[in-house]
Amino acid sequence: MKHIAIIGNGISGVTAARHIRKKSDYQITIISAETKHFFSRTALMYVYMGHMRYQDIKPYEDHFWAKNRIELKQAYVTKVKTKEQALIFSDGEKMTYDELIIASGSKPRFYNWPGQALNGVQGLYSWQDLESMQENTKGIKKAVIVGGGLIGVEMAEMLRSRGIEVTFLVRDKHFWGSVLPKEEGQLISRQVEEHGVQLMLETELEEIIDDGSGKVEAVKTKNGERIDCQFVGLTTGVQPNIDFLKQSEIDCKRGVLVDELLRTNIENIYAIGDCAEFLQHPTGRKNIEQVWYTGKMMGETVAQTICGSPTKYQPGVWFNSAKFFDIEYQTYGYVWPKPKENESHFYWESEEKEKCLRFVYDTKRLNLLALHAFGIRLRHEVVDNWIQTETPIDQVIQNLRQANFDAEFYPKHEKLVQKAFTNRQKQTA
Amino acid sequence: MLNQVDKDISISGGPPISLNGLQKAATILGFSGLFILLLATLNVNFPNHAVWLTISLVSIGGGISLFAYGAYANKTEGIKNDGVYFKSISSRGFWAWVLGIVLTGFYIVLYFFPQYLGLNAEGENSGLIALFDPLSKALSGNPASEWFVYGTLYTMAILFFGIKYLWKYRHNPYQRLRTFSVVFFQTGFAFIIPELMARLNNDSFSLPYYDLKNIWPLNYYNFDQYRVDEFISAGNIGLGLLIFGILSIFVITPILTYKYGKRWYCSWVCGCGGLAETAGDPFRQHSDKSTSAWKVERWVIHSVVVFVVVMTTAVVSTYLSYDAEKYWLTKDVFLIGVAVLLSLVYAIIFAFKRQELKKDAKVAASVYLAIILALIGIHYGSGNSNIFLFEAESLRSTYAFLIGSIFSGVIGTGFYPIFGNRVWCRFGCPMAAILGIQQRFFSKFRITTNGGQCISCGNCSTYCEMGIDVKAYAQKGQNIVRSSCVGCGVCSSVCPRGVLKLENGEDSGASRYEEKPITFGNDGVKLNF
Repeated sequence: MKHIAIIGNGISGVTAARHIRKKSDYQITIISAETKHFFSRTALMYVYMGHMRYQDIKPYEDHFWAKNRIELKQAYVTKVKTKEQALIFSDGEKMTYDELIIASGSKPRFYNWPGQALNGVQGLYSWQDLESMQENTKGIKKAVIVGGGLIGVEMAEMLRSRGIEVTFLVRDKHFWGSVLPKEEGQLISRQVEEHGVQLMLETELEEIIDDGSGKVEAVKTKNGERIDCQFVGLTTGVQPNIDFLKQSEIDCKRGVLVDELLRTNIENIYAIGDCAEFLQHPTGRKNIEQVWYTGKMMGETVAQTICGSPTKYQPGVWFNSAKFFDIEYQTYGYVWPKPKENESHFYWESEEKEKCLRFVYDTKRLNLLALHAFGIRLRHEVVDNWIQTETPIDQVIQNLRQANFDAEFYPKHEKLVQKAFTNRQKQTA
Repeated sequence: MLNQVDKDISISGGPPISLNGLQKAATILGFSGLFILLLATLNVNFPNHAVWLTISLVSIGGGISLFAYGAYANKTEGIKNDGVYFKSISSRGFWAWVLGIVLTGFYIVLYFFPQYLGLNAEGENSGLIALFDPLSKALSGNPASEWFVYGTLYTMAILFFGIKYLWKYRHNPYQRLRTFSVVFFQTGFAFIIPELMARLNNDSFSLPYYDLKNIWPLNYYNFDQYRVDEFISAGNIGLGLLIFGILSIFVITPILTYKYGKRWYCSWVCGCGGLAETAGDPFRQHSDKSTSAWKVERWVIHSVVVFVVVMTTAVVSTYLSYDAEKYWLTKDVFLIGVAVLLSLVYAIIFAFKRQELKKDAKVAASVYLAIILALIGIHYGSGNSNIFLFEAESLRSTYAFLIGSIFSGVIGTGFYPIFGNRVWCRFGCPMAAILGIQQRFFSKFRITTNGGQCISCGNCSTYCEMGIDVKAYAQKGQNIVRSSCVGCGVCSSVCPRGVLKLENGEDSGASRYEEKPITFGNDGVKLNF
């Protein structure tokens, strides 16, 4: 029987395993050094904050794996011998495979700052990172976070839940400037500050200072300012976790290079999830996609190919979500910080609550291209359909209620949005 | 491991478990109120009962409110689960066990040894119950009983922990309205109205104590002979109440459950639900989410329904046959009616919903129906007064002891801090089971999963008080249609990605359950592979 080995038990690898099991009788082994069982990486923060325990963030009960004949191997892969079709583990053990899926995920990305290896300095990605954060923040008073993205704001929330003072260094003029337009960035900046985080915009890290014993004592910014702290969170992005493939025959750039069928240059080896890098993305998106949902879709897709029906990776309309302290965020389609040439934006913000919507539409053809929301829940299927069927913006605004996914009895925003839209139409006309 | 963090760190950098100054003051205030009740129980003779009872109740209520204010007032609006698994009281630590033991002890004394609370068979109340006499006399005109004491404290708990819950969820209109509703129904319908109704009673006119929202089979005693007799003898009002009791379960309940799901009752109206949602809220995460617990739940709760049906049928048919001339309904008609009704329910479910039943459900339903019909048949054929092989009265007292007292009170509430706040509702309540069958098969209600947005974080499952593994559905893109769901809405509230929404959908049937095993938005993979 064919043996499928999967390196990595994150969402991508596990989804691939589940779908291969649905469609075949192949022997399946998932290898991970991180934890024995699959857990939800996005939920790590809740363990630190005491909302849940480790066992609560496991998406499947422990008996699930044996029941579905998915073998779990807790080991660290040091080498992939493509000619022998074998994996070598850190203890020297060898395991052969017929087909291999690399789903080894990401690791935090640092930029060679002086002092980044000091004790008390870390990123946040793995279970081990969480454990060290638990150790590193015990009894401390002050922390600095570098990098204004999603993991940074999660880390800020985690630290604030334990009463630790947080200073947040953000390179851009407003929060998450590479993704969010100004208004949304300011909205999140307000939210972050309301939770007691000291936000330092347009500030970059120069170096991390040693207290003499190998522990962090302070950071210095590029403006020469010194900020005392006992913990530094480096959340300046992630990069594919593929060091173990460096000696192999598998072609890699930043990630493991794959074609649109998620195949590497070696015939029976595939790569999916955070660690995969498309030679050319099948739908023209960025070549490395590092979010939960795309990992899941790649897992589903590669399972089809491995089980005999070669399938291209064809994600539909882009979507993503996050939560910034108390504000939920959902996006459908690409909202860029500045409108692209053919795009018009319509932005609405509530006067009472921290919530807003931004509609992106084609200036000439007027069809909806993207929509994102802060503090408002949108119905995925409806917005997805609007974007796919190129629904005109005025119809979208008119039927906005259909996309409302807020809980019952929440104040409705649609009339206000419609009014604002009409006013704007009048002004431009 | 992270679960074993030091639980005593109160400086910064420690888990959020320590109390602030206001909360400490509130704790002292609340416990001093409880201390007065304890002293009264120990027969300390307070000079003026009305004054000391007021001081005690105000201290308890004020203490709880002040504690909530201290906990949430200077926090931003949003989810407040920081430190739930670090605090002793909410993570089955020492204080949880202390509370569990105290509550359980209280229930045992209340149900089985009310004399220790000051109930005297002959003569006036003493001790704790006597302390409550002034309040009881003010409401109903009668001296207090152990049930009046319990009812007062129960209502206080829902009211003041309701205020705490309102603070905690002040950003969420669904939670706010729901909490107002349970507080209203508890204070109005369960507490004040029945007491005032008792005021109407005199030598020629007497109504049974009737909490109008308490529906059979939750109030399994509603059709006992003494109550039915009182209803009938109280003229049109009494008859109206009796008819209302029957309509409640056979007409009102199915209609409301069809439109809104069983939440209209379980988390908006019911007193047991009211306590669970307010005082029990800090313990909701303790429900067991495993599939094996679900299996146990299905067997236990449906067996309780069978028990209560058999018991009630036996009790009613007994007095119908003993005092045949008193009632319009004859025993034979009643028994045939029960048999027909049960067969009809069974036939309808099997005719229309057969494909949705698992094998064990089919077997269990068939076996249980056969047993009940056989019992009725045997009795009908033999004419034996010993109904259903057992004597009706011993069935009733067994039910009252096992289900009415031990399950719903001692285990159901006493063990809140250990097993979670909905043990009774999930495993024991026959009303919940009947509403659950309706909700599962004949309702528009479901929890909708929002496309492909689930990140399997587990918050929904963790904070589901009914032990439903919500994420197991959400991560498949499947709607949640479960008979046990009480619609508290907390899964939707704690979801960090806006994935869950309680809805009374227009569409019914297959689309309520539709499974999307491929992530929504993955266009490359087709469902019909």
